Amino acid sequence: MIPGSFEYHRPSSLADAVGLLSSLGDDALLVAGGHSLIPMMKFRMAVPEHLVDLQDVKSLKSISLDSGQISLGAMVTQAEIILSDELHVACPILREVSYQIADPQIRNLGTIGGNVANGDPGNDMPAIMQVLDATYILTGPDGEREIAAREFYESAFFTARQDNEILTTIRFAAPAAGHGSSYVKQKRKIGDYATAAAAVIVTMSGDTCASASIGLTNVADTPLWAENAASLLVGSSLDGETIKAAADAAKAITDPADDGRGPKDYRTHIAGIMVQRAIANAVDRAK
Amino acid sequence: MSEININMTVNGQKIEASADPRTLLIHFLREDQNLTGPHIGCDTSHCGACTVDMNGMSVKACTVFVGQANGADIVTIEGIAQADGTLHALQEAFRQHHGLQCGFCTPGMITRAYRLLQENPSPTEEEIRYGISGNLCRCTGYQNIVKAIQVAAEELSVKEAAE
Ligand SMILES: Cc1cc2nc3c(=O)[nH]c(=O)nc-3n(C[C@H](O)[C@H](O)[C@H](O)COP(=O)(O)OP(=O)(O)OC[C@H]3O[C@@H](n4cnc5c(N)ncnc54)[C@H](O)[C@@H]3O)c2cc1C
Ligand code: FES
Ligand code: FES
Repeated sequence: MIPGSFEYHRPSSLADAVGLLSSLGDDALLVAGGHSLIPMMKFRMAVPEHLVDLQDVKSLKSISLDSGQISLGAMVTQAEIILSDELHVACPILREVSYQIADPQIRNLGTIGGNVANGDPGNDMPAIMQVLDATYILTGPDGEREIAAREFYESAFFTARQDNEILTTIRFAAPAAGHGSSYVKQKRKIGDYATAAAAVIVTMSGDTCASASIGLTNVADTPLWAENAASLLVGSSLDGETIKAAADAAKAITDPADDGRGPKDYRTHIAGIMVQRAIANAVDRAK
Repeated sequence: MSEININMTVNGQKIEASADPRTLLIHFLREDQNLTGPHIGCDTSHCGACTVDMNGMSVKACTVFVGQANGADIVTIEGIAQADGTLHALQEAFRQHHGLQCGFCTPGMITRAYRLLQENPSPTEEEIRYGISGNLCRCTGYQNIVKAIQVAAEELSVKEAAE
């Protein structure tokens, strides 16, 4: 399948990239790793007249950890996230999720920025950004603005990003020392999007849950932050009944599609199981 | 649409060409450069038959535009044997251990394994299976592919120790 025709641009600075997007208008799309966009162009679900390739914008390539704040440049690849030991120590859920995305070849090109900006409910990173309460930094012709990941997703493929804005950085506080985290994903095969998946971060104070955050992937037309479900865990000893109640509360906010991954009820059921497993793993890993 | 100038290194040779930007790297290699080793299986980034090495990373050439690969250093299956035709340890091991049947997946499989063994020179069986999880084979059941990669890893480490 050969995609439609387009003009190719490869700016070498963020300012040039923003300038190109503004001057080319609606007909231009950004390309990062291309591993969501090119398949869509092959199917003519995307028919841009211009592609603006971000690979030479080196300022988007950095990973930084500074006094508890983590910043990931939009062009950091999933493979680079896996390779960063520093990142793994500070926030292990990032390596865990990356290993569950697609396959080695795709992770070499697929970027964190493309993954979170894409707006496909099947993408795994957005649920992680829900639990981490990440902030996305966007640069447009009028400068920079910030938006919470929890406010970013509107519906499938619709986000708060304007067409002329570039997502440059994803920023969040490293989870507290001693936290436990887990991302559990059910998929039919390697390289498949989730039937349902859950991200959980907890901190414990002795045997009591001191804080909790839960996110869900691919069980609605946006990633979900399961705020109520997580609040049920806080203050409890995470006994079986409480975990079950949290899973039920998470299931209650899902609205998955009936598709090749299974009927709606099945996917909702799986979402509950993913939540229970992710809580159990996270608690095991918490200190 | 205007063509773009392409400069890249393919199997050690510098090439210059011009191409329509919508040309995928796999078509550029196969049709423009006559390198028909990397195959097109699924054309949807699933099967890995089109795997080539780009700047020291395995990528699926059916999902890369030629412009994205501009300036890159590319290695295809054609560049893996030595210039005098001596097979690479992986090629030899695939041959000896029946790592292929129809051979359709083989160029992608070997090109991926070539990079995997540089990333991890002595992988466990599990690491091999995970490392080639982006490459599908409809014939072998993978058993002999994994075995061939294990044998090649041993060969290469013996050679390395001798050097
Ligand atoms: C076979 C296959 C299986 C996959 N499985 C999974 C999976 O299980 N889980 C998963 O999460 N993903 C999966 N993916 C998708 C993969 O992770 C993509 O790489 C990722 O979704 C997008 O990243 P990209 O860098 O390739 O973005 P691109 O494809 O280049 O871009 C995606 C979209 O985001 C926009 N965009 C990109 N960068 C920016 C930016 N900096 N600012 C604003 N907009 C931007 C583009 O314009 C485009 O609309 C799979 C892909 C394939 C081909
Ligand atoms: S042809 Fe590229 S992955 Fe199948
Ligand atoms: S040998 Fe036939 S597909 Fe692998």
